[in-house]
Amino acid sequence: MARPLEPGARVGNYRIESCAHAGSMAMLYRVSGPDAGFPLLMKVPRFGHGEATESIVGFEVEQMILAALKGPHVPRFVEAGDLIDDPHIVMEWVDGRCLAEWSGDGPVPANELARLGAALATAAHSLHLQEAIHLDIKPLNVMIRPGGEAVLVDFGLSHHAHFPDLLAEEMRRPIGSPPYLAPEQVVGVRCDPRSDIFSIGVALYELATGKLPFGAPETLAGMRRRLWADPVPPRALTPALPEWLQEIILRCIEVDPVRRYPSAAHLAFDLTHPEQVTITERGRRTRTLGFSKRFKRWLRAAGWEPGPCPPPTTQLAQAPIVLVAVATRHTNEAQFSALRAAVRQALALEEETRLACVTVIRPLSVMGGATEEESASAIHLRHQVQLRHWAEPLRLSQERVSFHVLEAADTAEALVDYAIVNHVNTIVIGAPPPDMPGSRVISTVATRVVAEAPCTVTVVRAPGITAGSPQADTPGGGAV
Amino acid sequence: MKLALLSDIHGNIEALEACLEHAAAYGVDGHAFLGDLVGYGADPVAVVERVAAFAAAGAPVVRGNHDTAAAGDRSEEMNAIAEAAVDWTRDQLTQDQRDWLAGLPLLAQQESICFVHASAAAPERWTYILDTGGASRSVEATDAIYTFSGHVHGQALYYCGAGMRMMRFSPVAGIPIPVARHRRWLAIVGSAGQPRDGNTAACYAVFDSARAMLTFHRVPYDYRAAAAKIRAAGLPEFLAQRLEKGE
Repeated sequence: MARPLEPGARVGNYRIESCAHAGSMAMLYRVSGPDAGFPLLMKVPRFGHGEATESIVGFEVEQMILAALKGPHVPRFVEAGDLIDDPHIVMEWVDGRCLAEWSGDGPVPANELARLGAALATAAHSLHLQEAIHLDIKPLNVMIRPGGEAVLVDFGLSHHAHFPDLLAEEMRRPIGSPPYLAPEQVVGVRCDPRSDIFSIGVALYELATGKLPFGAPETLAGMRRRLWADPVPPRALTPALPEWLQEIILRCIEVDPVRRYPSAAHLAFDLTHPEQVTITERGRRTRTLGFSKRFKRWLRAAGWEPGPCPPPTTQLAQAPIVLVAVATRHTNEAQFSALRAAVRQALALEEETRLACVTVIRPLSVMGGATEEESASAIHLRHQVQLRHWAEPLRLSQERVSFHVLEAADTAEALVDYAIVNHVNTIVIGAPPPDMPGSRVISTVATRVVAEAPCTVTVVRAPGITAGSPQADTPGGGAV
Repeated sequence: MKLALLSDIHGNIEALEACLEHAAAYGVDGHAFLGDLVGYGADPVAVVERVAAFAAAGAPVVRGNHDTAAAGDRSEEMNAIAEAAVDWTRDQLTQDQRDWLAGLPLLAQQESICFVHASAAAPERWTYILDTGGASRSVEATDAIYTFSGHVHGQALYYCGAGMRMMRFSPVAGIPIPVARHRRWLAIVGSAGQPRDGNTAACYAVFDSARAMLTFHRVPYDYRAAAAKIRAAGLPEFLAQRLEKGE
């Protein structure tokens, strides 16, 4: 397919309307054809003499992986032609702006960067949940829909645990865009979802500072530098960048995948809750590490051998997010300790579990009455203090736990929305007392959460509370 | 055409019937048997009769090392348990059935597909394909695009990746894998009658030639019944336990 197709030309059932992009590896055309319910894009590879085999294999990989992916964070797949006779892919034309367009006009403000980063992490997480790893995340491969959702495009270098990796070979070597490659990709590892987290970190660094943390090396030796080199802290380049955002970015681009976020959902969580980010030396530093620290990293890198990696979802299962709904408006010690026991069990299973302690209070604007003199922030603080007090016996490190006071008229809806937005894996919630008046006819918060939540819900009942028992006088989980 | 690929049934009629039923529900319209119909299990006669009927209807059937031994050729050295099972199996089969087994080809090729129990490089040597080198030698021995084998009891798909050597992939049950015709593939479909990977479910695979898709399957079957028959027949206890543990 050496010559570009002219408008009006036909490929199978599709008519070429216009050329959308002429790349070095492939041509992209807007096409019309059988109605799919959304605008269509056709990708046609530029096969020809002297083309790198990678571009041909990459096209084969993209056909295979895109066809297997679902959801709003990838272009919807329509059809693919035979790789030899009629190579093309028809997919959704994504309406939106390319993330690379943000990098032109100086540093992106922190709040906007956090919003873009969270959208990107959410997209990557959706991919990882489907057993796929993108492995070529960079601003050029990200589209932002008008509603703010990120869409990942170009799966030519991706890995999917359900399919043979056609790009893998015994002599491992780096494949991808050098500035964004994770250190493990530099040594040929293609099966760690945390490689995508590294690439997101590089993209955020670039958008925050206008610079690339590891440059744009062209040689293998140049790429290997990131196994030990320490990037200039973003705040040294953009002093206005808040410490929490530097903390997040530098955690993404840690050399050792174990020191990065264990899942893209955890990254999205931090980007959407800046006030909950624990700032360490990593977030505060404004100079690179001293020589001795760098030398130590170099020594470690020299002997570094990547380990085997399990499928993405197996890795994600080790880093769940647990939401516990604590009814701070109704102090009920029996219910509180039963909730803690359930949370302890959930936390004991995996070391990387993250706990979000949530309480829902009525919107302060409509509260009035006795609380009128109390300022909104004081009310929030009071509930925060109660949440922290509730969590203290769990003895969790700061990075693993966060506290959230939500204002909403509809408690169940607020909890479910929170769980969706934050990729929560399990909700732990108190059960309403069995003899709560009307609980058999009116749905309680717990039953609504069970019905509407997109994840596992554990409903906890304190032992000894049975229908008619005298302790059952507070509407425990029913009024979180 | 959707072709069910069954191997290493080893006289386990419960596993065979479960796979055939599963394949029928999957819409297969052809079958191929990749050797070791008998040996270990308590129903060699039922399995041979069932497979012979498919063969009479045109299904490719190749001979495995246990079939060879049960038919009377004892040149291959086997462990004591396999020996005991072979002796017992030979006594169960009629002369006609032993002759039918002895007459099966070691390798069958249909257009772009090669069916062989062990390595196509030297089928009579019963070489186990355990690594990418062994897979490469088997693939290079014929001009087939697809080589379907058994002998090794675990499922594996070998393919030509970006490098010179073949690569190994561990398939996930039930997921159709695109196996494009411009590459060469070697699939080990796994053992229907004696799985050994800690999973008791029978192994088999379906090749959809029109869509160039290969799907590996795992089918739970009544292994308790199969194990009980092994005990009742007086075959080594280890063979019954193996089905119960799947290893």
